[in-house]
Amino acid sequence: MIKKIHLEPPLKRNELEALTIGDNVLISGVIYTARDTAHRRMIELLDKGEPLPFDISGQIIYYVGPTPSRPGRSSGSAGPTTSYRMDAYAPRLIEVGLRGMIGKGPRSSEVIEAMKKWGCVYFGATGGAGALLSLAIKKAEIIAFEDLGPEAVRRLEVKDFPVIVINDVRGNDLYKDNVEKYKRK
Amino acid sequence: MRSIPFATIKEKVKEVCIETNYILGEDVIKSLQRALDQEESPLGREILNQLIENARIAREEKIPLCQDTGLAVVFVERGEEVFIDGGSLVDAINQGVRMGYEEGYLRKSVCHPFTRKNTGDNTPAIIHYDLVAGDRLKINFCAKGGGSENMSRATMLKPSDGLVGVEDFVVKRVWEAQANPCPPIIVGVGIGGTMERAAFLAKKSLLRKVGEESNDCGLAEMEKRLLKKINELGIGPAGLGGRSTALAVHVLMEPCHIASLPVAVNINCHSSRHGEILL
Repeated sequence: MIKKIHLEPPLKRNELEALTIGDNVLISGVIYTARDTAHRRMIELLDKGEPLPFDISGQIIYYVGPTPSRPGRSSGSAGPTTSYRMDAYAPRLIEVGLRGMIGKGPRSSEVIEAMKKWGCVYFGATGGAGALLSLAIKKAEIIAFEDLGPEAVRRLEVKDFPVIVINDVRGNDLYKDNVEKYKRK
Repeated sequence: MRSIPFATIKEKVKEVCIETNYILGEDVIKSLQRALDQEESPLGREILNQLIENARIAREEKIPLCQDTGLAVVFVERGEEVFIDGGSLVDAINQGVRMGYEEGYLRKSVCHPFTRKNTGDNTPAIIHYDLVAGDRLKINFCAKGGGSENMSRATMLKPSDGLVGVEDFVVKRVWEAQANPCPPIIVGVGIGGTMERAAFLAKKSLLRKVGEESNDCGLAEMEKRLLKKINELGIGPAGLGGRSTALAVHVLMEPCHIASLPVAVNINCHSSRHGEILL
């Protein structure tokens, strides 16, 4: 039986340091969604010295743009989008307090450096498993940039949302290590 | 001439948008099952199990398979004797897409390239037309996700690069894509024609059922060779290491200019959503 670690944001320094690549984590509580254009707008807010749509310290951003919810359902399909598109913006958000990101696919060296410097973890959720993952979302509400439609920032209440640690605060990389293991030379 | 009502086309397109986004094809499910049987990595097996479970949840609970319900890419084969009664084919398709994405609770993922303003109804659809003999109308629909599309590439090789150059380009593209396009992927390869024709062929090759090989023996051999090389890369399910990086490689080829060797790689994620309408 694989050991599961339970986490609830805001994430504390000791909780982040205890995580290692490959750890299975179940996240409960509140997380926030943001993808391409929402990131651009958040950086614009920081540039103008204005507050972000939510208090980012210790929080987790999930890179997702869900499908519309059917009546009576808490969420539509909600799997991760590819993370590298947020690489240009992530270091700045980490600097102001972001402590976790959920997405899929490798991050740039700049993002990994920022994660090491400030103590932030990158989690992977299974790409293309949007129906399965949506079952862990208990409530979703738009809190900013409603005009962006699927790209609006949402506040999600999740229960045991399943992720795996891809990059820990020490700069280790699960993708690199695991692919190396199965590569035929 | 044979007349096909505008409303029939619109209705069928609406239905295919919804159905393909909720029900994963048997061919894809079977290939995921085969990948599961062969996968050496425990984590890889866990991911494949999640994907099979995801398909069950999507079908039974009516939740789209993936939040990226795609751009509507449509391949039309219109018989020369077909007359559309009550409007144009392009309007019928776009109206069908608009209704399907609205009524099916599907995500609208189309926007202006620079302002990023969403068009709000997932149109315009990307439509490829082919005029053929006869009185039938065939419409192939794919819901094409952005993540895998972003990992696609076209290039113009030199004739001297030959078969080896083409295969190296394909394998290198998959290697560079790593976890980004949601492996296990389906790799569409278009060879020949012109720059845009190669890209068109690469996408068209993805319409073939997963597990069916090319009916050209030479290309079928190439597909097998490429699949083996790709699955030796170690990328695995979700890019977390393993044997199943691709479920299939599909190749389409046409003649090209004496100066050129065009090649395009169009990647499809494991959530390969296709449907066919025949009227």
